[in-house]
Amino acid sequence: MRNLRSFVSVGLAALCALLVAAPAHAQEGTLKKIKETGAITLGHRDASIPFSYFDDKQAAVGYAMDLCGKIVDAVKADLKMPNLQVKLNPVTSATRIPLMANGTIDLECGSTTNNLERQKQVSFTITHFVTANRFVSKKAGNLKTVDDLKGKTVVSTSGTTNIKQITEINGQKNLGITILPAKDHAEAFLMVETGRAAAFFMDDILLYSLVANSKTPSEWVISADALSVEPYGIMLRKDDPSFKKVVDDAMTKVYKSGEINAIYAKWFLQPVPPKGINLNVPMSEVFKHVVAKPTDSGDPNDYK
Amino acid sequence: MKYNWNWGIFWQLSPDGHGTYLDTLLTGLGWTLATALAAWLIALALGMVVGVVRTTPVNWMRRAGDAWVEVFRNVPLLVQMFIWFFVVPELLPASVGAWLKQLPRSAFYTAVVCLGLYTSARVAEQVRAGIQSLASGQRMAGIALGLTLPQTYRYILLPMAIRIVMPPLTSEFMNVIKNSAVALTIGLVELTASARSMQEFSFQVFEAFTAATLIYMALNLIVVRGMRWLERRLAVPGLLGAGQAMPQAGH
Repeated sequence: MRNLRSFVSVGLAALCALLVAAPAHAQEGTLKKIKETGAITLGHRDASIPFSYFDDKQAAVGYAMDLCGKIVDAVKADLKMPNLQVKLNPVTSATRIPLMANGTIDLECGSTTNNLERQKQVSFTITHFVTANRFVSKKAGNLKTVDDLKGKTVVSTSGTTNIKQITEINGQKNLGITILPAKDHAEAFLMVETGRAAAFFMDDILLYSLVANSKTPSEWVISADALSVEPYGIMLRKDDPSFKKVVDDAMTKVYKSGEINAIYAKWFLQPVPPKGINLNVPMSEVFKHVVAKPTDSGDPNDYK
Repeated sequence: MKYNWNWGIFWQLSPDGHGTYLDTLLTGLGWTLATALAAWLIALALGMVVGVVRTTPVNWMRRAGDAWVEVFRNVPLLVQMFIWFFVVPELLPASVGAWLKQLPRSAFYTAVVCLGLYTSARVAEQVRAGIQSLASGQRMAGIALGLTLPQTYRYILLPMAIRIVMPPLTSEFMNVIKNSAVALTIGLVELTASARSMQEFSFQVFEAFTAATLIYMALNLIVVRGMRWLERRLAVPGLLGAGQAMPQAGH
C-alpha cells in the first residue's frame, strides 16, 4: 500500500503545483519585462531552412531571424534602449509553447503555422510566408495528383496539419491510402528515398529545401496539386496588445518600405548557407498579396 | 506563467478523425501496451535461454551468449531502432527488403523485435546473476544425483534463480513499457507520440504530457503490484529471499 500512496501523492503534488502556479505570475506585458531585464529573447529553430536554422558557423540565421532583427530594432526605438541585449534560445516544435508561456522567449522566429486553434494559446504577428500542403515523390513514379496515390503508402510528419489534411482527404475520397507518421521531416523524406512510402506530404517550401539538399535533386518532383494554404507567423504571447502593436508595426513597415523584397531575395532566390544551395522559390501571388495588404489572420480562407 | 489552461481539451474532437483527444491518447496507450507486452514475451523467452547459456560449462555456448549480451546492451536503443528500421531492409535481398518495407504496420513489428532483443540482453544478465548467486554445491548435487545438465537447470537451478531475480525483472518489465516510447522515432504512434501529436494540434502541451505521465504511472503501478502478487504466490517458505525479507522492486 505504501507504494501506491506515494505514487499518487507525488502525482497529485506535481499537478497541484502546476495548477497553482498558473494564475499566480500573470505577466504585465512583454515590453515591461524587456525594459526591466534589458534583454529580449528570440526563440529560433535549429534546422528550419531557410527560415531559422544554424549555419556552418553555428550561428542562428534565416529569413525569420532577419525579420525578427527588424522587430528588435523597432523595440529598441520604442523603449529608447539602443543597447538592448538580444539573447537567442533554440526551440523545437514541442518546446516552443512552454518556453513562450513561461517567459523564456519573447518571440518565436521560425516556420510556425498560424491557425485559429493555436490562437487560443498564443498570438501571431503579420504573416511572413504563405506555404501550401503538397507532396514530393520520385519522378519515376509518375504521381501527379492525390488520386494517383490510391492504395499506396504515403508519409507525413506526425503532429502536423499536413498529416491531418491527407487523413481527411483519404477518408472523404475513400482512396485507401496508408498514411505513415514520421518523427521529423528528414526521416519522412528518408522513407520515400528508401521506398517505404511513395510520397511525402508537407509544406511545399520545406519540400523544396529537402529536394535541393538531397543527393540527386533531379529525381524528385513536387506536386502541382495543393491541399491547403498555410500562413506562417512569428509567435508572441497572447493578450499583450502593446507589444503586439510594436511588432505588427515593425513588420508592416518592412513590407510597406519594400525592404521585404531584399530580405526575401536573400533567402529564397540566392544561395544560402551552409551548403550554398539556391532554393529558387519566387514570391508567390498569395504572399505578394499579404505584402500589399499585411494581415495576421489565421484563417486559410483569407489567403485565397 | 501565461498559459491558457484547458483541461476540457480531452473531450474536444481531435483533428485526426478518430474521435476526441482522449481517444487519441487511449489509442496510443493501446499501441504502447501491444508493443511492450509482445516485446516482453520475446525478451523473457530469449533472455532465459541466453542467461542459462552463459552459465553452462560449454565454452562456445558461453561465448555466443556473451556476444549476444554485449551487442544488444552496448548499442543505444535509439540507434538499434534506426538500424532495424532503415538499415536492415537494405541489407536483405531486394525483394525481401521491399516486402518488409511495404508490410502494413511495419513500424510496430520492427519496434517489437528491436525492443524484445534489446531487453533480452538485460534479462539474460539478470538470469545469469540469479544462477550464479546460488551456491555451487547446488549444481554439483544435481549432477551427483544423476541428473543430466538440462535436468539440473530445469529442476534445481532455474526454479530458485528465477525467484531470486523476480524484483529486478519487475524493473525490466517497467523499463520495457517506458522504452517503448522510443518507437515513436520510427513512426509508431504510441502513447508518447500521441501526446506529442495532441500538443501539436491543440498547443495544449502541459495537459497532453500530464495525461501521458499519469497513464504511464498508473500502468507501471499495475505492473509493480501484479509482479509483487506473483512473487508472493511463488515464494517458497524458507528459501532465500522468500517472504518479508524480499527486496523492494522498482523505484
